[in-house]
Amino acid sequence: MIEIVDLKKSFNGKKVLDGVNLKIERGKITVIIGRSGEGKSVLLKHIIGLLKPDSGSIYLDGIDITKLDEKELNRIRRRFGMLFQGSALFDSMTVEENVAFPLVEHTDLPMEEIRAVVREKLRLVGLVGVEKMMPADLSGGMKKRVALARAIAMDPEIVLFDEPTTGLDPIMSDAIARLILDTQRNLHTTYVVITHDIPLTYKIADCVAMLHQGKIIECGTVEEIRRTSNPVVRQFLEGRAEGPIKVA
Amino acid sequence: MTGILEYLGRLAEGLVLHTGRMGTMLFQAFMWLFVPPFKFRNLFRQMEFVGVKSMFVVILTGSFTGMVLALQSYNALRRFGAESLVGPTVALSMTRELGPVLTGLMVTGRAGSAMATELGTMRVTEQIDALAAMAVNPIKYLVTPRLLAGVLMLPVLTVIADFVGIVGGYVIGVRVLNINPGTFIGRIMDFVKVEDIFNGLIKSVFFGLILTLVACYNGYHASGGAEGVGRATTVTVVLSSVLILVFDYFLTSIMFSS
Repeated sequence: MIEIVDLKKSFNGKKVLDGVNLKIERGKITVIIGRSGEGKSVLLKHIIGLLKPDSGSIYLDGIDITKLDEKELNRIRRRFGMLFQGSALFDSMTVEENVAFPLVEHTDLPMEEIRAVVREKLRLVGLVGVEKMMPADLSGGMKKRVALARAIAMDPEIVLFDEPTTGLDPIMSDAIARLILDTQRNLHTTYVVITHDIPLTYKIADCVAMLHQGKIIECGTVEEIRRTSNPVVRQFLEGRAEGPIKVA
Repeated sequence: MTGILEYLGRLAEGLVLHTGRMGTMLFQAFMWLFVPPFKFRNLFRQMEFVGVKSMFVVILTGSFTGMVLALQSYNALRRFGAESLVGPTVALSMTRELGPVLTGLMVTGRAGSAMATELGTMRVTEQIDALAAMAVNPIKYLVTPRLLAGVLMLPVLTVIADFVGIVGGYVIGVRVLNINPGTFIGRIMDFVKVEDIFNGLIKSVFFGLILTLVACYNGYHASGGAEGVGRATTVTVVLSSVLILVFDYFLTSIMFSS
């Protein structure tokens, strides 16, 4: 469904992505793991066209989205939903207005119908009666849920998750992991998750890819990744400070 | 020596870069004006923010400026026995110069700084990226309505500042300094022409554009967390104020030179 070919990106002369190659399958949960600052978020922002690569391509059903202009890109973006690391809820709007936002902007549905969709999406992420609350009044976990409800409001084909459990306690992290699994099973959507949360990875991934020094160095199922002999991947999965990855 | 040249080079490079990027943002915001769908709710919200919510501070500064102008000009004009010219002095100063400039500076401090902070916070918390990810152009959604609100509301606020300034001058001139009210108003009618008011309003359109563009540009490109947002706000207030005064000189020299 999504094929990333030899993607390169530098910022101020520093190579962040140095030839990323990855295939993301339709209807599966692909988890991209890697250390902080390895360019995982940069990769995700390329997939939805928020950043343009220096070279390389990203094919979505055969169309190279890196070559599209803003108008064509916006048509493609409607097939995506994205959950940002800090949730990125609009803090001047209520929860209901946040979730309704893509529907208000891109559909001609009457307000009553939009409200019904919002209620349904909020119910799907386990939130009831929060419609009139402001994002500032929500806990971190609730914000993530509202952001997920907004991301799936338009029934997208692909949902991108940028560190969905960062800043959450282990119990809330597990709740979010379940939510990701449940919504994916219900909606049969393609999920791409970037994280350095290994327990989350084991819980949700159909396919795991590790990004290291600007390249995908390992890709496979959870079992394959667990059995890998690659010392870099092993060190990361086991969370050891000693090994081929040097702590700066 | 090379250090100075390097510094000047970097300064010039920064100036060209930011001017170019600001010009590009202005052009994009202008082009998005004509692209449907048109959502007026956003525009009205910004007009309320820039216009209605700045009214109090504009009335306050406008009236006191008119009052102090009356006092100062009375003291100066009395020496030549020309107290009757206090009215026109206040009216011309307000309509040509102080009405638009003070309004521009006050709105910069109140609305421009808030705009830069709001957009800067949206940038560093990825809300602007979220807009783009939801296929909503951030320039059309955030920048265009703010620029339009500035251009539309500054002349309205300037008219109010002009009016309350003249009223303030009248109160001091007539009630405190005992100038004949008929003389005060009659001389204003003799000296102040419609183009004095009109040219002041043209200035205010430019000032509205300058302050909203500088605010949107700095907020939109903010980086580096809370510190970056603070920097964007400070730069907005300083740069807008300086640009308003610089443009005021050039606009005055063009419009009132004849």
